[in-house]
Amino acid sequence: MSLFRKLFLVDLIEGMKVTFGYQNPKYIYTEQYPKERPPVSERYRGAPRLNINPENGETLCIACDLCALACPENLIVVGWQRGGPDGKTGKKTLTNFTYDISRCMFCGLCEDACPTDALELTQDFEMANYSREGAIWDRQALEEGPRPTQYKE
Amino acid sequence: MTEAETVYRPHPEDHTFLDSNEIVINMGPQHPSTHGVLRVVLRLDGEKIIGSECVIGYLHRGVEKIAENRTYVQFNPYVDRMDYAAAVSNSLGYCEAIEKIMSVVAPPRAQYVRVILTELNRIASHLLWLGTHALDIGALTPLFYCFREREEILKIFENYCGARLTTHSFRIGGLQYETYDGFEKQVNVFCDDFLHKVDEYETLLTGNRIWLQRTKGIGVISAEDCIQYGVTGPVLRGSGVKWDIRKAMPYCCYPDFEFDIPTGQNGDTFDRYIVRMEEMRQAVRIIKQAVAKIPDGPIMAKIPKVIKPPVGEIYHSIEAPKGELGYLVVSDNSTQPYRVRVRPPSFVNLSALDIMIRGHLVADVVAVIGTIDIVLGEVDR
Repeated sequence: MSLFRKLFLVDLIEGMKVTFGYQNPKYIYTEQYPKERPPVSERYRGAPRLNINPENGETLCIACDLCALACPENLIVVGWQRGGPDGKTGKKTLTNFTYDISRCMFCGLCEDACPTDALELTQDFEMANYSREGAIWDRQALEEGPRPTQYKE
Repeated sequence: MTEAETVYRPHPEDHTFLDSNEIVINMGPQHPSTHGVLRVVLRLDGEKIIGSECVIGYLHRGVEKIAENRTYVQFNPYVDRMDYAAAVSNSLGYCEAIEKIMSVVAPPRAQYVRVILTELNRIASHLLWLGTHALDIGALTPLFYCFREREEILKIFENYCGARLTTHSFRIGGLQYETYDGFEKQVNVFCDDFLHKVDEYETLLTGNRIWLQRTKGIGVISAEDCIQYGVTGPVLRGSGVKWDIRKAMPYCCYPDFEFDIPTGQNGDTFDRYIVRMEEMRQAVRIIKQAVAKIPDGPIMAKIPKVIKPPVGEIYHSIEAPKGELGYLVVSDNSTQPYRVRVRPPSFVNLSALDIMIRGHLVADVVAVIGTIDIVLGEVDR
């Protein structure tokens, strides 16, 4: 380091110039989270949802079990039964659908495997729970989506 | 007998004149500057280090064993969790290894997108390194600026594949997701801004007298030692060896791009810092070239629905931000790999910690651990 730079603290002043250059409030980068919702991208892989047909309210899931097979953590359990009168023949119908959020790593393989766009990873990201049981979502919770606790001002 | 005593094995020639001066202390695993759960058992003479031993395994999750119980496709998300600071590089290495054993080549468009994302991830990884490394040494300011720029990269990842850190962005045979509208523009805007930002980091650090005193001549490792210990990546290049897998054993579409390999001369902490800063600029150069000539076409090669590679084994290595990341995959023609062995750069580089910190002071251990740029998820796997 040259004597001039050493004596006149040039390195310090140069650094300070950068720091003070960002003092202008227009450079603020912080998000005030609970008040300000962060914009989440369209492809965000968040809370899972089991889509229903908006016209007749029936589930889009055909109980093919492909998502359960694709899942690396084996956390999806698809419950189904035959729809015929004897319960052994006819179309498969969905009875229950269990999804364990606590083990999910949101890799999106189940979403890719789904042939009918029934299972989807949505943009919801608030999945906190007070209990482990609350992290295991059944069919109703998956169809309704997460309902985070709302607090009043 | 405590655990520390069992770990510490004295070398007779290392003993000081007055043995009572020698003390053994534990640094970590809760020490914030060991970048995770690394425990270093230091043998000190006063404040001088006369020996050290790393104790690892606190973050061991058995990733290699998990691989044997998952299909090839299912194992892909797990590799992201090894070096979580550079998840995209891990994914690239794994996917290319499986593609190699299956004799499949990803389509050109997929390869270009892969290069763009991997180089963006290299920048993100180096930014994380720079912020925390400077913070360890005592420069608080760069951390905020580094994380600000890293956020922009993570936003690109989020827009592209829906996740920010453990991205699971590539699939065997190509890509799952097509690029979104405005991908090229967002990447270009980032690249243009970023070169100016790197100069700002350099203004804050390169000339700073405290930074120079804390990094120059600290943790010196010679080129011969580097090669003997198998050290790769910026640590090796900082010692003056021009070795980069991207040039030496090209993979993906790296031969299409022009870039330089920065090297240092002294092999000290400062040189490794300079090498990484220059690497970020070179990464921007690669990204700009890739975005300019990104071809059209399919993003997924024709691969069977159930992946069953032929019997055999393959070793494929790539240049991850931290060094050579290699995958040895053994296939027995079933849907699950017979064995997956990972050669993580952090683990191998960490073995050189002992010779790098010998003779230095305790405060320099923090600087040297930072400069090796370890991620404990990768060391322990």
